[in-house]
Amino acid sequence: MSEKPEHFIIDGKRLDGRRRDELRPIKIELSPLDRADGSCYLEWGRNKVVAAVYGPRELHPRHRQNMTGAVVQCRYNMASFSVDERIRPGPSRRSVEISKVIRQAFEHVVFTKFFPKTAIDIYIEVLRADAGTRTAGINAASLALADAGIPMRGLVSACAVGKVDGEIVLDLMKEEDNFGDADVPVAMTSDNRITLLQMDGRMTTEEFYKALELAKTGCTTVYELQRQALVEKYDNEYQAEGGLDE
Amino acid sequence: MERKIVVPGDVVSDNIKMSGSGTYIRGDEVCASVYGLVNAGARYVSVIPLSGKYIPHANDRVIGIIIETTHSNWIVDINSPYDGLLHVSQYPRRIELEDMKKYLKVGDCVLVLVKDVDAAMKVELTMRDKELRRLTDGRITTIGPTKMPRVIGRSGSMIRLLKSIIGCGMFVGQNGRVWISGSEDRIDLAIQAIRYIEANAHTPGLTDRVQAFLKAKEKTMQSRIHESRDNEEW
Repeated sequence: MSEKPEHFIIDGKRLDGRRRDELRPIKIELSPLDRADGSCYLEWGRNKVVAAVYGPRELHPRHRQNMTGAVVQCRYNMASFSVDERIRPGPSRRSVEISKVIRQAFEHVVFTKFFPKTAIDIYIEVLRADAGTRTAGINAASLALADAGIPMRGLVSACAVGKVDGEIVLDLMKEEDNFGDADVPVAMTSDNRITLLQMDGRMTTEEFYKALELAKTGCTTVYELQRQALVEKYDNEYQAEGGLDE
Repeated sequence: MERKIVVPGDVVSDNIKMSGSGTYIRGDEVCASVYGLVNAGARYVSVIPLSGKYIPHANDRVIGIIIETTHSNWIVDINSPYDGLLHVSQYPRRIELEDMKKYLKVGDCVLVLVKDVDAAMKVELTMRDKELRRLTDGRITTIGPTKMPRVIGRSGSMIRLLKSIIGCGMFVGQNGRVWISGSEDRIDLAIQAIRYIEANAHTPGLTDRVQAFLKAKEKTMQSRIHESRDNEEW
C-alpha cells in the first residue's frame, strides 16, 4: 500500500487533479447479464462493480416469507482479486455489514407490497475496489432494480464525502480514504430523502452539515448520469422514433 | 403519438386523480414507479414497464406446465413468482382422485384460466371454460410478459397477421407463454417472428414491419427450396 502523502490538496487540486467538489468519472452499462432480471455494470474512477437483480421470485425457506410484501435481500461481495493484497473469498464482517446497510437503503424505496411472499434479490460483486465501493454498488443496484422493472419510489443515488487536510471533499479516492480524517457515504433518492448515512472518522457538527450539502450535489450529479443511462438504453435498444402503435 | 420514457421517481402528472398503474402519489404529484413509457390517457396516466414478471390476475388466460400432483390439486408453473393451483373439480370432467395422474401428468402443458387470486397470492386455476384444455401438440415459447401485448397487437391485428401469413395455430397466454401449432418449419418461422417482435417491441409500426420481415423470410425459404431442387437435378 502506498505511503501517506504529506498533503492531499495542493493549490486547490487533489492528488488525482480533481477539485474539492468533483466526482471521479463514472461509466454505466445496463443489462450486461442475460440471465438476471436486471443488471448493471458500473465503473467509478478505478472501481468496477456489477449488480444483478433477480425477482420478484419465490422465497425459500418459506418461514421467511412475508404475507404483506416482498423481502429485499442483498449480498455485497468483494472478489478476492479486487484489491492489491488478495483477500480471503467469502463473506467477511465488513461485507456482511455492508450487505445489510445496502439492503436497508433499498427496503423502503422498493414498493414491496405488490409482491407478497416473494424475494427481490440484489447481488453486488466488486471486481475492483478503489474506495467508495458501497456507494458504487448502490448506484449500480439501483439501476439494476429499474432495469428489472421493479416499482420504486425513485432511483437511489449514492456518493461519499470526507475530510482531508481539514477540508471537506467529495468522493474520496483510495489515499484520501485510507489516510483522511473522515469518510461519510450517503445514499439518497432523487427527492433528497436519505436512505443510507454512515460516518467513519471525526467531524464537527458544522463540517458534517457542510459535508451533507456537498453529498447532495454529488448525488444529484450521479442521479443525472443514472437517468441518462436508462434513457439512452431505451433509445439504443428500441430505436424509438415515436411510441407504441397500439 | 410520442411516448416519453421515464425512470422511477419522475413526475408524470400534477393531478393526483390521474394516478394509474405504474405510478404512485408523492405529495400532490403523480410519479412514475417503474422504468417505462408514459401512457397518458384522458382520465388516467400510467407507465408501461419495459420489463417485469407476470403477476396473475383473475380472468387471465395463461399457459401452464404441471410441476406436481398433490392429493386433490395439480400445481402448475405459470411463469410467475407464484404457482397456480388446479383443483380436480376444475377439470372439464369429473375425475376420481386416484385417477388424477391419468389425465394430467407432471410436464404436461395446459391452457388454463385464472379463476381467483387471493390476498395471500394463492392462484386458483380452472379448465372449466371453452377452449381450455391440455395442449398435446405444437411448441411453447416464452416472451417477456410486458412485451406479450405486442404479439397480440391492437385488437388482435398482430396475431391475425402471424396466423394468416405463417399459417399456424397460435395462442398467447397473459403470462408471456405462446403456444404454436402446425408443421415444424411453420413453428420455426413463427418463433423467429416472435423473437423479432420481442427485439423490436415498443417501436411504432410494428405490424407492418413484421409483415415485411415475414415476406423476406418466406422469400429466402422459397429460394432455398429452389436451390435444393437444383442440387437434386444436378
